Amino acid sequence: MSAAARLPAAAAPAPVRSVLAVPGMHCAGCMGKVERSLGALPGVASARTNLTARTVEVVHDEALETPQLVAALAAAGFEAQPRVAAEDTPSAVRPLLAPLAVAAFACMNVMLLSVSIWSGAEGTTREMFHWLSAAIGVPAIAYAGKPFFASALAALKRGRTNMDVPISIGVTLATCLSIYETMTGGADAWFDGTLMLLLFLLAGRALDAMMRDRARAGVDALLRQAASGAMVVEAGGATRWLAAAALAPGMVMRVAAGERLAADGRVVRGASRFDQSLLTGESEPVAARAGEAVHAGTLNVDAPVDVEVTAAGTDTALAEIARLMEAAGQSRSAYVRIADRASRLYAPAVHTLAALTFAGWMLAGAGLYHALVVAIAVLIITCPCALGLAVPVAQVVAASALMKRGVLVKDGAAMERLAQVDRALLDKTGTLTLGRPVPDEAALDALSAAEASVALALASHSRHPLSLGLAQALAARGVQAANLADVVEEPGRGVSGTWQGMRVALGRPVAAEGMASALDAGLGPVRVIGFADRLRPDAAQALDELKALGVECSILSGDGIAAVAQVARSTGLTARASASPADKQQNIASLQATGRRVLMVGDGLNDGPALAAADASIAPGSASDVGRQAADFVFTGESLLALPRAVRASRRTMRVVRQNFALAIGYNALAVPLAMAGLVTPLIAAVAMSTSSLIVVANSLRLQGAAR
Amino acid sequence: MTSIAFLLPIALGMGLCGLAAFFWALKRGQFSDLDGAAARILIDEDDAG
Repeated sequence: MSAAARLPAAAAPAPVRSVLAVPGMHCAGCMGKVERSLGALPGVASARTNLTARTVEVVHDEALETPQLVAALAAAGFEAQPRVAAEDTPSAVRPLLAPLAVAAFACMNVMLLSVSIWSGAEGTTREMFHWLSAAIGVPAIAYAGKPFFASALAALKRGRTNMDVPISIGVTLATCLSIYETMTGGADAWFDGTLMLLLFLLAGRALDAMMRDRARAGVDALLRQAASGAMVVEAGGATRWLAAAALAPGMVMRVAAGERLAADGRVVRGASRFDQSLLTGESEPVAARAGEAVHAGTLNVDAPVDVEVTAAGTDTALAEIARLMEAAGQSRSAYVRIADRASRLYAPAVHTLAALTFAGWMLAGAGLYHALVVAIAVLIITCPCALGLAVPVAQVVAASALMKRGVLVKDGAAMERLAQVDRALLDKTGTLTLGRPVPDEAALDALSAAEASVALALASHSRHPLSLGLAQALAARGVQAANLADVVEEPGRGVSGTWQGMRVALGRPVAAEGMASALDAGLGPVRVIGFADRLRPDAAQALDELKALGVECSILSGDGIAAVAQVARSTGLTARASASPADKQQNIASLQATGRRVLMVGDGLNDGPALAAADASIAPGSASDVGRQAADFVFTGESLLALPRAVRASRRTMRVVRQNFALAIGYNALAVPLAMAGLVTPLIAAVAMSTSSLIVVANSLRLQGAAR
Repeated sequence: MTSIAFLLPIALGMGLCGLAAFFWALKRGQFSDLDGAAARILIDEDDAG
């Protein structure tokens, strides 16, 4: 601090603020490492991590560029991407914190004043305390109740009711009655009860919003933040990087091996194979030579090619999928949450009861004032305080339990929908299978220790999908990489180098049958290592558990019949192959038409419309950005056991939610007769309200072990 | 009664100070990273690596 202050102000360039996403950061040790590695760079003034959002905010000199920051993090072992500033979505919980604080503050103070009234304060003392309560309570109710008033008004304008309508009516009437009582020097004012009601309800809302914020932060951290683009070759032969949005038909993109295409196009120079699994679900890379069409979103596997852009932006096959998804998402928004369904029955019942009470007391000969006071007491006592907590608390507890086991829940409504599911459709590539080539175990076993270490060293020099798979598998076996010299990668041919004076190479086998790599380690014959996309571990067990839960599973894939049939045989599921994105969506719609509740599990772009159309959807963490955004749940990790776990947890949550409703309504059934008889005082209301809320919260906490 | 005339404004004033402090903290982003704040206590400052 003092050192910085002593620097001459003119010499210091204006500090710049950059935000980097660091998805791999998840503990105190990681935070320390990230902050230290960035702080050690010259020109960095400060680095501050945010563990919730998995980001780090760096204040640094203009001279220091973002790639240097990313490189420093990479050296410390963290993958980082610059975050696009515009994607800073507002938090859902922030706007609720201030009303919550105001309600809590006012509730505590008014409650203190009320205690002395309940203890028997009379005359001027009681009157003064009522006036003080009103001075604190009325502005606080007006401020803290705003979220409910606004939502109720919006619902009424559309001619509907929701939970907020009875809340708003109850709160407004109770406040008006309390002000009247205060002015006329009456015995009871209800400011304490009204504020407590608002406090509990806001707590429920805030919990609900917090869950959505947390899940979104998790998914955001998974999303690739950098905008996609392409290296464009200009007329003079020079190349420059253009963002995907700036690409136009006629431009020529140079696509390196291992890169994804940013636009649809036609190959003009070179030949390669393209992995279309994200787009179509097909696992086998498709060859394309000069003159043939290739699509945006596909991965160039073998060799660099020049591609002339034929369609970009909204004209691509990708954009067509986005349009399908938009249409599909509309049907899901028609789902009515259980809390709103409950309030549809609840609100008319409560208002009828209050009206009947009023009419009854009028008929019995009580005065207008007395009848009105009793009717309002009924409204206050039936205000859905515990009901407001019944759903969010249970869902928050279950969602955080699931999150600890690697399943991110996007919002509470998703759990309600998943609990009803009785049919599951699973995509093949990337969902049932790992979605990446895994080397043949037997071929790896056959390698000698020296061959394995040479293979790992060669594979680690290439970004080719097969090399990546091989390096991962060998590293997992504890193989140490050999020291190689003169390593070169020839696109389309493979990697070669020298090891202990011998030439070694890893490349395409001469007779390529399916996916395979040939290893020449200079020690005897050339080894051919076969690759295949393997089923996820525990896939069979997960499918059995789903069946035991009463969820009928089948495969719905865009891949060819042969590849799908193989997986269908090994999993024992029925399958449908070669389904286009629109076919998948159609399939789900026809199942829904027969009354089934459909769960879609998929990862690719081609699953996007189906994920959006299904009653509930789950995507693996390795899914495409589109898949992760469209799905309700995202599971990290490789095990497919996350599926039955999520279904079980959702069903348990719904059981607890129903119990909570029963508890809350049971409390009302006890309290309402008292209120109708005119026996309820503010003290009874306050005690009853807090006990019922505590019971509901305690019952929900039982869900902590729900994700086992 | 005179004691109440003093005590009530003092109590309310202290409560309002607390509320103001909360709003200040909210605005300064003290609640933007609750997980990080919980983990930060475990960062070992002496550790050079």
